[in-house]
This record gives sequence, C-alpha cells and structure tokens, in this order.
Amino acid sequence: MSSETSLPISHRQRLWLYGLGTLVLLFLIAPSVIIVIMSFSGSTLLQFPPQQWSLRWYESYFGSVEWRDATIVSVKVAVMTMIVATPLGTAAAYAINIGTLRMTGAINALLTASLIIPVILIGIGTFFLYARIGLTNTLTGLVIAHTVQALPLVVLTVLSGLRSYDMNQEKVARSLGANRFSAFRQVTMPQIRFSIVSGALFAFITSFDEVVVSLFISGGETTTLTRRMFNALRDQIDPTIAAISTCLIVLSIVLLSAAQIFGRGR
Amino acid sequence: MQSARLGDFGAGQDGTLNATALRADARRESFGLLALLSPGLLLVFTVIIIPIGWLFWLSLFDEGGAFSAANYARFFEQASYIRTFITTFKVAFFVTGACVLLGYPLAYMLSQLPRRVASICLIFVILPFWTSVLVRTYAWLVILQRKGLINSWLIDLGVISQPLSLANNFAGVVIGMTHIMLPFLVLPLYASMKTIDTDCLRAGMNLGASPAATFRQIFFPLSLPGLASGVVIVFVLCLGFFVTPALMGGGKVIMWAMRMEQTTSLYSNWGAGAALGVVLLAVTLALLGLFQWLLGARATGVWSSR
Amino acid sequence: MLLSIAPSALPIGISGIEKRFGGVSVLRDLSLDVAAGEFLTLLGPSGSGKTTLLMILAGFVRANSGSIKVGGEEIITTPPHRRNIGMVFQNYALFPHMNVFHNIAFPLKQRRVSAADTAERVERALDLVQLKGLGERRVDQLSGGQRQRVALARAIVFEPRIVLMDEPLSALDKSLREHMQIELRNLHRRLGMTTVYVTHDQREAITMSDRIAVMNVGRIEQIDRPEVLYAKPQTRFVAGFIGDSNFIPVECRNGSVWYEDRKIRMAAVAPSSGSHLMVVRPEKLRLVTDAEPAGSINVIPATVGDVIYQGDSFVCYAVLEDGQQVTLRDYCRSDVLAKLPRPGEPVNLGIDAEDVVLVAAD
Repeated sequence: MSSETSLPISHRQRLWLYGLGTLVLLFLIAPSVIIVIMSFSGSTLLQFPPQQWSLRWYESYFGSVEWRDATIVSVKVAVMTMIVATPLGTAAAYAINIGTLRMTGAINALLTASLIIPVILIGIGTFFLYARIGLTNTLTGLVIAHTVQALPLVVLTVLSGLRSYDMNQEKVARSLGANRFSAFRQVTMPQIRFSIVSGALFAFITSFDEVVVSLFISGGETTTLTRRMFNALRDQIDPTIAAISTCLIVLSIVLLSAAQIFGRGR
Repeated sequence: MQSARLGDFGAGQDGTLNATALRADARRESFGLLALLSPGLLLVFTVIIIPIGWLFWLSLFDEGGAFSAANYARFFEQASYIRTFITTFKVAFFVTGACVLLGYPLAYMLSQLPRRVASICLIFVILPFWTSVLVRTYAWLVILQRKGLINSWLIDLGVISQPLSLANNFAGVVIGMTHIMLPFLVLPLYASMKTIDTDCLRAGMNLGASPAATFRQIFFPLSLPGLASGVVIVFVLCLGFFVTPALMGGGKVIMWAMRMEQTTSLYSNWGAGAALGVVLLAVTLALLGLFQWLLGARATGVWSSR
Repeated sequence: MLLSIAPSALPIGISGIEKRFGGVSVLRDLSLDVAAGEFLTLLGPSGSGKTTLLMILAGFVRANSGSIKVGGEEIITTPPHRRNIGMVFQNYALFPHMNVFHNIAFPLKQRRVSAADTAERVERALDLVQLKGLGERRVDQLSGGQRQRVALARAIVFEPRIVLMDEPLSALDKSLREHMQIELRNLHRRLGMTTVYVTHDQREAITMSDRIAVMNVGRIEQIDRPEVLYAKPQTRFVAGFIGDSNFIPVECRNGSVWYEDRKIRMAAVAPSSGSHLMVVRPEKLRLVTDAEPAGSINVIPATVGDVIYQGDSFVCYAVLEDGQQVTLRDYCRSDVLAKLPRPGEPVNLGIDAEDVVLVAAD
C-alpha cells in the first residue's frame, strides 16, 4: 500500500506478479549481459561463465582491417544520416505542427511511411532503384536510404517536443519584432533542443544498427558493420562478434544516457 | 489557425475588402510551409514511393514481359509459396502470443510500481529496444545452439544426455523474435495502463469487488485498447521480419521476407519478388486499417452510449 | 520622452472583418474604431470571437477579408513582427530559458538597440511595473503577479503603438486580480497607449475600460462606455451578460407600454408596437407600500417566494401575477430591515420610469 497508485492490495498478495515481471525483465536483459561477459572469454568455446578471461576478441576486432573498415563506413554513414535527417525532420515537424496545410494528414502519413512499410520491401525497392542510377555500394546511397528510415523518428520526436511546447511563446516573440525564423531560433529551438538532440541520436543509432536495407545496397568498400556481421553470423559463430556486440551495446547505453542527460540538464 | 489555405478560392468572395490580398498572403505562407516539408517529402518519394510503385508495375508482367497475373497466381499454385505464408503467419501468431503472455504481466507490474522503480525497470525494456537486432539475434544463437549455453548447462547438470535442438528451427525463430518484439508490445501497453484512472479501481473495490474481480471487470477491459495496438504492431512487424528468421531458422523456417530476398537476389525474379512485396504491403496496410476501423468503431460506440 | 504619455498612440480602424474556420463563420462583417489612447475591452462569452479578433489584430490569425488601419495605414497583411504591437498573452508566455532582464530586452534586441540603451530602458520598464532589481531573476522564481508584470513590461518596453491583452489577469487569484486591474488602469493612464483588452469577466471590463464592445457569436452587440452599457443595454444579450437582470415581457401599443393591463411609464421614448422585454436590474426594484403608481413610479404586484439575508444586503425572490419570477436586491438599511417581507406575503414592486429599459424580445 505504499505505491503512488496505492490500492487496497498489499504488495505481498502481488508477489507472483513481481516474480513473473522480474523473470520477463531478466529475459529481456540477460542476452545482452551474457554477450558482454562472453566477449571477455579467453576460449573459443562457448562456455558460460568463461573459464579464463582475455581481451583477445577485442584484439581480433580492432586488429582486423575488414572489421575496422566496416566500422568506419558505418560511423561515417550514421554521422551523415544524423546531419541530414535532423534538420530535415525538424523542419518537417515544425510545418506539420503549424497544421494549416490542407494535406497535413497525408504528409504525416508519407513522412512516417517507412515505419509501416516492411523494411524488406524498402530494401528491395532501393536496390532496384539504385542499380539503375548507380547508387549501390556508395556512401551517398546508404545515407539517403538511412535518412528516409531515420526521418520518421526525428519528425515524431521533434513533433512531440513541439506539442508540449507553448507555441504562444513563438507568437509573442514575433509580436515583439522577431521574424518567424529568428523567433524559432531564439525562443523555440532552445526549448525543444532536447527533442531535437534525441531525434538526432535516434537517427544516428537507426542508421548505425540498420541491417536489411544495407544488405541490399552496401558492399565492397562500403560494406557496413551490420552487413559484415550478418554475413559472419550466417557462416559460423565467431566470438569476435561478441566483442563487436559489446561495443554496440555500450554505444546504445551511451547514446540513451546522452539523451537522458540532455533532457534533464539546462 | 488559418482557414485560408492553398487553393482555397471561394466563389463570390471577391470584391470584399482585401480578400485577394489576404488569399495571396495565405498562399505565401502555405508555400513557405511546403518548402519546409519538401526536402523530406522528396526523399521519401524517391526512396520509397517511386521504387515500390515501380515494383508494383513490374509484378504485373510475367517473365516473358507480357501483361499477366502469373506472379500472383503462383501464390495459390505453388506449394512452396503456400508453405511460406503458413510458416509466416504461424511464426507471427506464436510470437504475438508469447509477447502478450510475457508482456502483459510485465506492463501491469510496471504500471503498479512507484514511478521511480518503474522508470528503472523501464530501462531494461528500452535498452534492448535500442540494441541492434543483430546483436540480440547473435546472443540467442549463442544461448540456444547445439553447443550453446542452455544445452551445455543441461548436460552438465545431467538433465539431458543429447543436446536439444533449440536454434536453427521454428522454436529458435520464435524465441529470438519474441525477445525482439516484446518492447513493441510492452511500451504502448504500459503507456495506456498508466492512463487508467486509479480512482476507477478504488471505486470498484469500494463497491465490493474483490481485487481479482476489479482487475477482471475494470482494469483489464480498460487496458484492451493499449494491448490491441501492441498486438497489431507486433503482428505486422513479424510478417515482414527478416534478420532473425534468416539467421536462426537454419534454412528450414522460410518466412515471407526471406522468400522475397531469395526470389530477387538469388533468382533475380523481380516480378515474383515484387508481387510478394505488394501482397505483404497490402496485408500490412489492411491489418492496420482494420485495427484503426475497429478502434474508431469502438470509440464511436462509447460516444453513442453516453 | 521614453515611457511617458505616448505621443505616438494611434487610432485603430477595423472594418468589414470576415473570418471563417472551415465553413463556420467566427466573425461576421465586423467593424470597430478605437480612438488613439483609448482603453477598449472586447467582452463576451467563449466562442464570441473576441480572441480571434485580437489574434487578427496581432497578425497571428488571417482574416478572410477586411481592413485594419493603424493611424490610417493598412496592416491587414503585415507580418506580426512588423506591426509594432505589444502583446500580453493569457499565460504570459515568458521565455523560461531567459532571465527577467533578457525577456524584457528581447524586443529591443530585435530592434538592434545598443546595450547601454537597452539596459536603461529595461531598468525603467522594470521600475514602471514595480519590479526594480529583479532583472537577474529566473522566470520560474517569480510569483504569478510578478510574471504578469514582466509580460507587461516586455510588451511596452519598445513603446509599441498599440498594446493587446488576452485575458492577462485570468490566471491570478481574486485579490491580486483586483489589485492588478487598478494598476493596469493607472499604467494606461500614465502611458496612454491605445489598448485593446479581451476578457470574459464583465466586472473587470467595467472597472478598467474607457469603452466596452460586447461581442456575441461573431458580432458586436453594443459598444459604449461602461455606465451606458449597464444603464441602457440595447439587446437582451447585453442586458443578460452585464450585471443581473429581470426580464419582464411587455407589449407596446400606440406608443405606450403595457404589462398585462398596466400601463408602464418610461422616461425614454417607447417603441410604437411589438413585444418587448423590460429590463429591470434587481437593485432598481424596491418594495413600495402604495399599490397605485405615484409620480414616476411604476408598481407591479407580486408574491414573495423567498428572502435571503446576506449581511449588507438582502435578496428577495418574488413571483409576479403571471408566474414570472423576479429578483430584488436592496441594502439592509434599518428602515428596510424593519419591513422585510416574509415568504408568501403579497408585496408591491416599484420601479422608476427613469430605470425602465426595453429590449427586443427574441
């Protein structure tokens, strides 16, 4: 009876619920934890917990030219996707939020289409198009395809920021002599910057973790990390991937914490 | 805010004071807003609408280049396609079911916990959500395969003598995909449960309902819309899912998306692959549309009963 | 001279404003003139279009047609930032990421005023709204009343030609609201800027305004000085919206007014014919002993329904012969108190011919 939503049910009566919930949480988090631990194993065998410890899989990751190149490609594409998708998504969210355009509903649906359309179809479609215009295996092609996938996340994140923001402030700024752009820059943007930064981080991680479309349109020198991992997993289970996976998990944690910190701080 | 919009030429309004100038002003503003939207729309149009439209067009021609429905007729004639569809729906069904069984209690627990504790627990839901699908699939391969963690533990404990086959089959695909889909169910469900008014539940108990009855008769029905949206999202995502079945199916579990990849990449049969894509998109949109419609009907039902 | 009686106060001429949202008319052919330096209030219930009109003045809502002239210059298509209009929003809309000083300096910054000049003007504006020395405060450290003052200072620091206020006091509690009403009124007297003020609170409108425009469903019902509006409402809506009113149905025949078979004397010229409503304010009714009209007093018999004692005054609910209920209010002077009627008792209600106002029955 101590919770905020206190009902006349004691926590004891709910032990079974807490037990079950905890098990599900464990199910969700255990795989990541196991991979992180295994990545420090000294053996090629999959033993858990590992018998001896080493950094050999990290050495194998960072020592391999192929893995390193693929990582660099992925980072480049993710950074560029973030740089392109964030202003585009923010501008679109602003226009949607004003809401005076007649087709706002349709525009919204179009911009967020890539969330609904099966990724495999986007993959095949972009491959089909890129093959004809020579964009396969290019960074530009990857950035364009990833931007389209990241755009809805930026739009939705910024839109939710704008919806909880008092648009009267921008109006006041305009009545006080600032034009629309300047009012946005001086008054609106500083207050929705958390949403914009979150959107940017989501764009980065969407691109960085993207598998399916990259399978179709990346290759050769522009092979992304995820594509190389996918191919490696198809062949055999190489513990190097545990090390790479750990790096990816750490990246997720860092980006999510960054989003949190931006949200709180001022 | 403004009702004067792009293309709003009301008849018989001319001649009123400044009406023309105001319409021109409204148009200017609309063009400004469209300019903000256009880069994003242009990208979506180029990367999604044009290629998919093109594929749709291709699917209407057979391999000889003649206009025909052969690419679609194949789905009913060839057993392998029918097997693929059945497998896909079976996987989607099992994964959705597993997500409901695991996700509902979790979301319920989260909604009942004090806010601070709940937000800590939520990290465990959100972190996997933002971890690469590949990483998580790899983890399940490590855990489930023949020489994987589960099997070696069970053998060490003497429970079994021969390793169970957990990966590279249907079960592996379902387990792996459940892990990936679970947050898609829990997050909307939790959000909708948070909006349920505790006073409703207190009132229920006050009126003499037991905790179990209160849950069954008040909380559960109120949580259904959230559950429904989670279920639809998970089901639809399962239908087009590629990575986990491709890596954990061991070549035995061929799902829709894998079939599409094979037909186009392996056999370069664009017409057939495109037709698969068109049907997948149609099914996806139909399910989402049906859900919208049901929810809409439900909402109006509530209104009219007032 | 800065922030003194503004020689730059300009008149506003609003004419023929039409505004439709979708297919619904919100403002219909609305025209209104505001004199230079006037404090004009738009008063009306929600949905009357008063806020829409204010937003059209500020430039945030675009009318379908019409004209707005400030000092003779057409501004209907001028963007908000070039209108030079100070605006105070209902929720103040202070910028939370800036301190008080920067909030007030914002309009000066947009106009590229030098730093020294800005500091001086902000200081004076702060002084004017009695917030001297609070420039470094964060917005979230201010009380509601202080926020209100900051919003006001920000709206006047750049000496706008016109100031618009959208229910600026509605978020304050009652005593602070009454205090701020007086303060705003005094500030307006000192600075003399043309002010358009929106409120749904008739008391606030009466306290503050030079003139009040009463709005209803997109039209101005009546525009007058507060005391005229109260004493001589022209429509049933105005009579009902401002102050309490009894409406007694009367008949006009051949230039005289009849209630049932009683001739009603009125000071003003009676309409020649038709059904009308006689508007009688509760405090204009009084209890009279004489059953016959004497001098300029009309007398209507009634039966007391209930008498409610309120300390300084009492309210008497009475029923006329035709079943119509009316309310009478009077102060508890000792002579009145001694003769306070009881429920069920027959009484005579007196009303002076001066106080008889007729409006059209709808």
